[in-house]
Amino acid sequence: MTDLLSLDLAAARDALRDGKISSLELTDAYLGAMEAASDLNCYITTTPDKARVMAAAADQRLAQGDALPLDGLPLGIKDLFCTEGILTTAGSHILDGFAPTYESTVTSQLWRDGAVMLGKLNMDEFAMGSANVNSYYGPVESPWKSRDGGNARLVPGGSSGGSASAVSARLALATTGTDTGGSIRQPGSFCGIVGMKPTYGRCSRWGIVAFSSSLDQAGPLTRTVRDAAIMLRSMAGHDPKDSTSANLPAPDFEAALTGDVRGMRIGVPKEYRIDGMPAEIEALWARGIEMMRDAGAEIVDISLPHTKYALPTYYIIAPAEASSNLARYDGVRYGLRVEGETLDDMYAKTRGEGFGAEVKRRVLIGAYVLSAGYYDAYYLKAQRVRALIKRDFDEAFGSVDAILTPTAPSDAFAIGENDDDPIKMYLNDVFTVPSSLAGLPAISVPVGLSGRGLPLGLQLIGKLFDEATVFRAAGVLETAAGFSVRPAGGQ
Amino acid sequence: MSLDKATVSNIAHLARIKVDDDQLETMVGELNNILSWIEQLNEVDTEGVAPLASVTGHPLPLRADGIADGGYPERVLLNAPDRVADFYSVPKVVE
Repeated sequence: MTDLLSLDLAAARDALRDGKISSLELTDAYLGAMEAASDLNCYITTTPDKARVMAAAADQRLAQGDALPLDGLPLGIKDLFCTEGILTTAGSHILDGFAPTYESTVTSQLWRDGAVMLGKLNMDEFAMGSANVNSYYGPVESPWKSRDGGNARLVPGGSSGGSASAVSARLALATTGTDTGGSIRQPGSFCGIVGMKPTYGRCSRWGIVAFSSSLDQAGPLTRTVRDAAIMLRSMAGHDPKDSTSANLPAPDFEAALTGDVRGMRIGVPKEYRIDGMPAEIEALWARGIEMMRDAGAEIVDISLPHTKYALPTYYIIAPAEASSNLARYDGVRYGLRVEGETLDDMYAKTRGEGFGAEVKRRVLIGAYVLSAGYYDAYYLKAQRVRALIKRDFDEAFGSVDAILTPTAPSDAFAIGENDDDPIKMYLNDVFTVPSSLAGLPAISVPVGLSGRGLPLGLQLIGKLFDEATVFRAAGVLETAAGFSVRPAGGQ
Repeated sequence: MSLDKATVSNIAHLARIKVDDDQLETMVGELNNILSWIEQLNEVDTEGVAPLASVTGHPLPLRADGIADGGYPERVLLNAPDRVADFYSVPKVVE
């Protein structure tokens, strides 16, 4: 018998179509693995009954030869996507018991294409975090173990930590995530998998619990670049229910994987050589540059002068938008209600108990930078710097087709580390935030191991709506790197 | 610009988040750290730079101003913590 869990998404798709395996047996294999690895705390909710019903329906279509693009493939869904009739928490106490009466556009497209839902994945509360330690449902653990860290439990990165850990530990064939400042790519790097954030507007945000509306984008976390291309095709597309959704067709991203980057111009930005960057990250980056050069790409030194201002810009804009978006959680219409003497008292008690520490910090920062007298100095200033960051990229893309950088400034750390200092935690996203602010597509590809034996990824950034070039370059980098190490704590 | 306890307490009130006194002190320190870190943006010359409104430059679409959805109070109220008939119920606000 084939080891079902060892098949990646593309291989499972082919095996299902060839009748070599059934969706039901594949789904049962994942449900079994999820139960066996429940200590990692990847899933907040599992939906085994629904999964088996969906798998049986897929098997019927497959038997009739009417296979849909994702028919019978078992996926995990970040608990930020509203799923009809199924608990949707955003990792927060304040959404206690919330079962949406509607389905997010992205997940409805996955089900339209025949995918099977395994359950809802743990995450940092409201997608705020870089280690998945901010969840009301407890931290997620990575299946990876450091060679020199004893038996320390490591973070999977965040905020899509459950999504990344589940793919790495083979508790889902692929998962959905969302990325506001790096929440798909940084956990992808920490867990040794592929994480793709498409262009802002490529995937509909409708039915995704909002954090920072000018930055939030859905994307896939997968084992391979090809799997990410397959997933994104189903997730993407125009949706009139999201006014910022781009009115463009979702291309066949898989067709972009030609394996040929000859003549492609790859930019290397000097400002990403930050102070205190570990030598092994530098070395990994240099190796990635060599791999692309050896494959026939032209390496071009570029400058993105406002890089160092991206993080502080982000920490004005994202909290400002969050304070506005999170105003809806008031205990009136859904979720947690903590009774109070007056309506105001009820609001304050509900939000005081319902939000965790990081969410409160960001809502308060956001409320402050938007308040009368400070709006110009903070919020408008940040939007002006954001325009300069975007201009840097526009100018760079005049002479290059894609940009290669590290994904994160370190490998994974232990659960509990970096908890005492919010700014230290924010620095995890130093390489991912600039492209988020500019709305650009970017992918993290696993390229090597740190000295401690933990995965490290490199990031490729592309032009607006040019995911095809990002996938093409990423496919070549993936092949050249040949990353095939499996985590010790995985299946 | 440094926030004091009273200011943070006022922001928390504006944001309708109850913060206990024993947490307030920690929060003042954390928020001040974050704000002083953010203030490095003052180094950037943004004279004549328009604030970014859209990353893609796509125009926002318009649609006819008509009812496109609705008419299902049961679905709308399904997750209500407390309801009376077809209404959400909250503590009394008008005497």
